[in-house]
Amino acid sequence: MAARAIWKAVLRLGEASVPVKLYSAVEDRGVHFRLLHAEDRVPVEQKMVHPGTGEPVPYEETRRGWEAEPGTFVVLDDEDLAAAEPEASREVEITRFVPPETIDHRWYDRPYFLGPDGDATAYAALARALAASGREGVARWTMRKKSYLGALVPEDGRLALVTLRPAAEVISARELDAPSGRKLDERERKMARQLVAALAGDDDLSAFRDEYRDRVLELVAAKAEGKAAEVKPIRRRKASKGSLADVLEASLEQAKGGGKRRKSA
Amino acid sequence: MRPFWSGTISFGLVSVPVALWPANRSGGLSLRMLAPDGTPLERRFVCPKEGREVPREEIVRGYELDDGRYVVLEDEELEALAPERSRDIDLRRFVDRDALDPAFFRRAYFLTPAGDSAKAYRLLAAAMEEEGKAGVATFVMRGKEYLVAILAEDGILRAETLRFADEVRDPEAIGLPAADEGKGPPAKDVKRFAAAIRELHASGIDRAELVDRDAERLREVLEAKAEAGEDVVEVEPAAEGGRVVPIGDHVDLMAAIKASLEGARAGGGGRGGGGPRRESGKGGRAAERLADLTADLTKDELYARAREAGVPGRSGMTKAQLLRALGAQG
Repeated sequence: MAARAIWKAVLRLGEASVPVKLYSAVEDRGVHFRLLHAEDRVPVEQKMVHPGTGEPVPYEETRRGWEAEPGTFVVLDDEDLAAAEPEASREVEITRFVPPETIDHRWYDRPYFLGPDGDATAYAALARALAASGREGVARWTMRKKSYLGALVPEDGRLALVTLRPAAEVISARELDAPSGRKLDERERKMARQLVAALAGDDDLSAFRDEYRDRVLELVAAKAEGKAAEVKPIRRRKASKGSLADVLEASLEQAKGGGKRRKSA
Repeated sequence: MRPFWSGTISFGLVSVPVALWPANRSGGLSLRMLAPDGTPLERRFVCPKEGREVPREEIVRGYELDDGRYVVLEDEELEALAPERSRDIDLRRFVDRDALDPAFFRRAYFLTPAGDSAKAYRLLAAAMEEEGKAGVATFVMRGKEYLVAILAEDGILRAETLRFADEVRDPEAIGLPAADEGKGPPAKDVKRFAAAIRELHASGIDRAELVDRDAERLREVLEAKAEAGEDVVEVEPAAEGGRVVPIGDHVDLMAAIKASLEGARAGGGGRGGGGPRRESGKGGRAAERLADLTADLTKDELYARAREAGVPGRSGMTKAQLLRALGAQG
């Protein structure tokens, strides 16, 4: 099933341009509940109520305001809000191409796949050139009355655009000092490294599943059929007591044993 | 200020009690919905059948079945689906740090040692950093399961929540043409784009470019109105009194994370497990904190601090002027 594009745009890098379509690369798989009135199991409606009068205020009559300090609001009218809106445009401007490691993980927000809009030649050529460059593009654009920053990244022969958070929203680790203390014991440090190495596995994370979601849906299905909910406990082992060196040693032994002895731990 | 979550990371049989703090702060300016007289509105729930307001305790969660009926799920039932043990971050697999795909990345948190865990915390951080690995696990927090990568950077542990594989679409399924099908694009086109890319090479991203331009514009509008005293409404502060003013919050969060990292350093553990909670982050240390923080601040962040400190004329100041004004206040 082909998904629908959410937006059409033109990538512009210097003189060159590439018409593209944007597709959401993520899909919401969360379990969603409705809020019901317990008595009659009817979904409740949300109303915005004036706390003084207890009366709902119709949406058209509401205003927007920013609380400058507790109890003081600067009120904005439609004109003010319009003045703060970015100008509409179909252009995604690529301002620079940078080494990927200079983009902090924590800036990445939401990914979109890009597909060609019309003739695919320019798209395919840019995808290939970008992958070969080993770089990521820094992009800016305005979509649906909102300004975005993003990273243009190669994705398996295709192009993807990942929105980036404003830097001010990300707390820099450089502002923090790591916990310190007495020098770490060399033997413990070596064992800890060995343990990390012993537990190293496949980089592919697709085996990790949202089991909690599955369990919620199982519970829903059971209750829908009028069955009593049966809860299977998730088995996890307990951490053992002892000195850090002893625990590390036991952990290493267990990791080497292929995890078969986990039950006894 | 309290941590977002407290729990245990286990790594082999070693357990590391930690507190988890958001590494992202809410950005922008949050606007409230007001009545025509400027009073902030409150969200209430109404039963359409009875036409009356329904208090929170009469509201339950329902899952809608295909036939329109609802299955009601009690909080206790949902709780029971996440037994104690699934709430720990059990690192059973380590992967190459560089192999983590940014498309899967969701949100970041800083981890600080809790209880007596500073030594185990430091060992785990050192081991992962030296091996170039990140630990991966799933855990349940507040009624939701998370896939999380634990990374170490300069001795500080960080948790990054990731999307599950089935939450990221397959481009084939979207109908995007398979990569490099057939003979591929003409070489001259690839060359043209390679040249265009080279033309725009830069050594790194410019943090100044990573600003929320919409919030900047909105702030200008707000400043102009506030300074002119136009459309400024005073209302009775809300009864609950605890409405968060979005901007002052930043410093509190930083101070709390710092205090919790420091607590571990001073005592080898945050005594009594209350490390992060004891330090409210408020009080007379604002100047000290500002002095610590000014090195790497964007204008945006400096502005937020200037607003908090009540620096007059801040809206027209350059970054250097803001720094000076804040320094003078300290």
